[in-house]
Amino acid sequence: MTTSILLVVIALLVAFAFMSGKGLAVSKANKLGGVRQLNSLPFYYGMLSVFWCVIPCLIFVAAWAMFDEVIIENLVIANFPQQVQMQAEGELSLLINVVSNIASGASPSLGQEAYLIEAANYLKSLRDSSQTAMSVIALSLAACGICIAWAKINPELRARNHVESIFKLLLLICSCIAILTTVGIVLSVVFESIQFFKKVPISEFIFGLHWSPQVAIRSDQVGGSGAFGAVPLFVGTLLISAIAMIVAVPTGLMSAIYLSEYASRRVRGVIKPLLEILAGIPTVVYGFFAALTVAPFIRDVGGWVGDIWVLELLGITLHVSSESALAAGLVMGVMIIPFISSLSDDVINAVPQSLRDGALGLGSTQSETVKKVVIPAALPGIVGGILLAVSRAIGETMIVVMAAGLAANLTANPLESVTTVTVQIVTLLVGDQEFDSAKTLSAFALGLMLFVVTLALNVYALRVVKKYREQYE
Amino acid sequence: MNNPNINASSDRLELNDSTKLMDSAVTKPNTIDLVNKNLAKRYRAEKRFRLYGIASITFALICLVVLFTDIIGKGHSAFFQTYIQLEVNLDPEVLDINDARDLKQLANGDYQAALRKSLRAEFPDVKGRSDKRKLNALISSGASYHLADEVKADPGLLGQVISLPVLADDDVDTWLKSRSDDGEEAFTGRLSEKQLIWLENLLEAEKLEQKFNVVFFSNGDSREPELAGIRGAMMGSLFTLFVTFILSFTVGISSAIYLEEYAPKNHFTDFIEVNINNLAAVPSIIFGLLGLAIFIGLFGMPRSIPLLGGVVLSLMTLPTIIISSRAAIKAVPPSIRQAALGMGASKMQVILHHVLPLAMPGMLTGTIIGMAQALGETAPLLMIGMVAFVVDVPGALTDPSTALPVQIFLWADSPERAFVERTSAAIMVLLAFLISMNTLAVALRKRLERRW
Repeated sequence: MTTSILLVVIALLVAFAFMSGKGLAVSKANKLGGVRQLNSLPFYYGMLSVFWCVIPCLIFVAAWAMFDEVIIENLVIANFPQQVQMQAEGELSLLINVVSNIASGASPSLGQEAYLIEAANYLKSLRDSSQTAMSVIALSLAACGICIAWAKINPELRARNHVESIFKLLLLICSCIAILTTVGIVLSVVFESIQFFKKVPISEFIFGLHWSPQVAIRSDQVGGSGAFGAVPLFVGTLLISAIAMIVAVPTGLMSAIYLSEYASRRVRGVIKPLLEILAGIPTVVYGFFAALTVAPFIRDVGGWVGDIWVLELLGITLHVSSESALAAGLVMGVMIIPFISSLSDDVINAVPQSLRDGALGLGSTQSETVKKVVIPAALPGIVGGILLAVSRAIGETMIVVMAAGLAANLTANPLESVTTVTVQIVTLLVGDQEFDSAKTLSAFALGLMLFVVTLALNVYALRVVKKYREQYE
Repeated sequence: MNNPNINASSDRLELNDSTKLMDSAVTKPNTIDLVNKNLAKRYRAEKRFRLYGIASITFALICLVVLFTDIIGKGHSAFFQTYIQLEVNLDPEVLDINDARDLKQLANGDYQAALRKSLRAEFPDVKGRSDKRKLNALISSGASYHLADEVKADPGLLGQVISLPVLADDDVDTWLKSRSDDGEEAFTGRLSEKQLIWLENLLEAEKLEQKFNVVFFSNGDSREPELAGIRGAMMGSLFTLFVTFILSFTVGISSAIYLEEYAPKNHFTDFIEVNINNLAAVPSIIFGLLGLAIFIGLFGMPRSIPLLGGVVLSLMTLPTIIISSRAAIKAVPPSIRQAALGMGASKMQVILHHVLPLAMPGMLTGTIIGMAQALGETAPLLMIGMVAFVVDVPGALTDPSTALPVQIFLWADSPERAFVERTSAAIMVLLAFLISMNTLAVALRKRLERRW
């Protein structure tokens, strides 16, 4: 029985549980002299039996589906010949791949070694029996649940209270998923990072000036000694983020000021949605735009400026890389404009009108009111918004993956090509990888850095914004 | 906003006589003179400031316009595809078919030979192996499959001579599209001079035509630009979004209800809230790392499947949905809850019968916005392997697939010029989806939202 059919059968059982629970309660009550003898509405008796039927069953199915592949793989490995089992973990996972390909018919079984074919058959039989076992146990759990519910149902049962407390518990579990996600993120990056720092000292990672994660596979291979100094990546990330902020902060802030202080309601109604479109464009589209339109344009402008005779006379040459940090930073800045503008807009609107009226009443012009009263009053909130924008720029991936380079140059020249933390994470982890090599693990260490930095920025920024809001409430 | 009308020349402040008399004894300049002296400067500053605001908004809007014109300018041509009109002789001997009822034979027939033969019939004077190969290169390698499908649908075509449009190679397509009438240099790419002469001949004979690009919407990915389509990526996105919707909608609304209606004010609730707010600002690529390490590494889920993509994206969109759903629940006035409680409803009945239906439009708006975010997201999907080259259109939640934004990323990396226009066209499709989703959200809010 496949999983989807199993789910359909469970759904049918649920419907049956509801109807039977409801019916049973009503019929028992009728014997005692009518429906009003029931403690709760019949609906709650139905729901109670549904909960009994479905909750244990679904927990079981989820747990089984999570762990059966791992257990089956271990069983198959345990069944390999002795000398095969001695191999490294990476080799074994490759073999498991071959075996499962044979089992699913994706690769031909002809010409494979005998023990592999045997393992494939074993894998197939294990999978079949696992599926059958899961279906049988799940359905019997569901049936047991219904029986228990039947046994429990009687008119004195306070079904509504039970159902309500289960309902509340389910809601609580759902809201804990946010905590689980955070824990999952922390665990996933921390564990792999610890592995990485066992191979590469943490001081080298944080202070090293050279980044080239290619590790030689054979000892006699040229190059690829593997250097994991992440400073060039941090500098590249900061360079691109700085360019983005130089574009986005003045533009976003001035747009917000204009929209909230000067623009009429009608102009606001037109321009705000247009800016929101800019915010809704996927980053991959910005990346395409940066790589195919903005970067060549900047390179051409650079070549054109470099040809000006004054510069030539002075002996200044202008070389613009086709993957310049400037292109990625500019486009990222455009992406962040609406983010800053909408955050600052909220903050500026929260400044009490009385402050403005006071300043205007003392004879200041509108711009003076904005500059000397509104902005200082809103400054904490604006700074918080800018910090959130910085954390977004640091964590932005697709624009830099498509428009920034891969070479880890340690430079502050925006016309050269730099690489960022996110670019390296993507290049290290896309495609096939071995889980235990320093190259793969370094991506998780970079992820840890990224997570820690953005988390610190967010926590601080959210606190600032919150404090600011409370100030005027 | 209040907007006092400022006019530099007429607003000059006048002193009345009494102050003039009083101040005449004093030798140092009057305050009012100082003010008047600076007034022009201050008004100029005011104008400048206002101009900065207008300039910033104009800059942002120009960026928007440039982005859209650039994408549309590059992508609109991809909706049309060049075909070569050929008279194809479906001779069973050439096709190597001796039994028209045998479906296997029909499928395996040598349709390529028939197509090549008919193309050579157009240019009888082409001799020599390399020239013939060049001539054959004008038609797409996928054209024969299309012909095979037609013959399979109607075996009666065997033995007849039919006139049909044959899919041209991407080089031909690019050449024809870049060829303008005002004599500008067309993009020739890998086309040789001989091929160009043949193409000019075909063009003069009106055998080259552009038709609506059905392939783009009906095929999966391909290495050949003229055979590449977005159907596979769209189905992948659809399956992924389906999973994302189911998970994030139910879980998101449940947590919003708990936090707004049940949660006691204590440290644990605060902790949940802090977590949600922080997750909303965690970079999306980190969610990809989570998927890779936990779901693939620990739970052994297969890579590249929409099910996993949906789970990861739903974790990413959950904070958005929770935050907006909470706002929607908060907007339901307490009097409604009190009225229901007063009538004897239990807490759950209050929520399910009153609060939830009233807050639903706001929740749906938030969910649609979250879905739009998930549809455009690329980075986490790269991490969990949905970046593979997948030719088949996925048919289930557990088939390997890509998603639309990932397809855009993959094509943007391809060197062929024909992929540039396809990338832009795929972006246009993606943006069309996103804009219509956001419009739907806004319309829903306007229509169903109740003001209390």
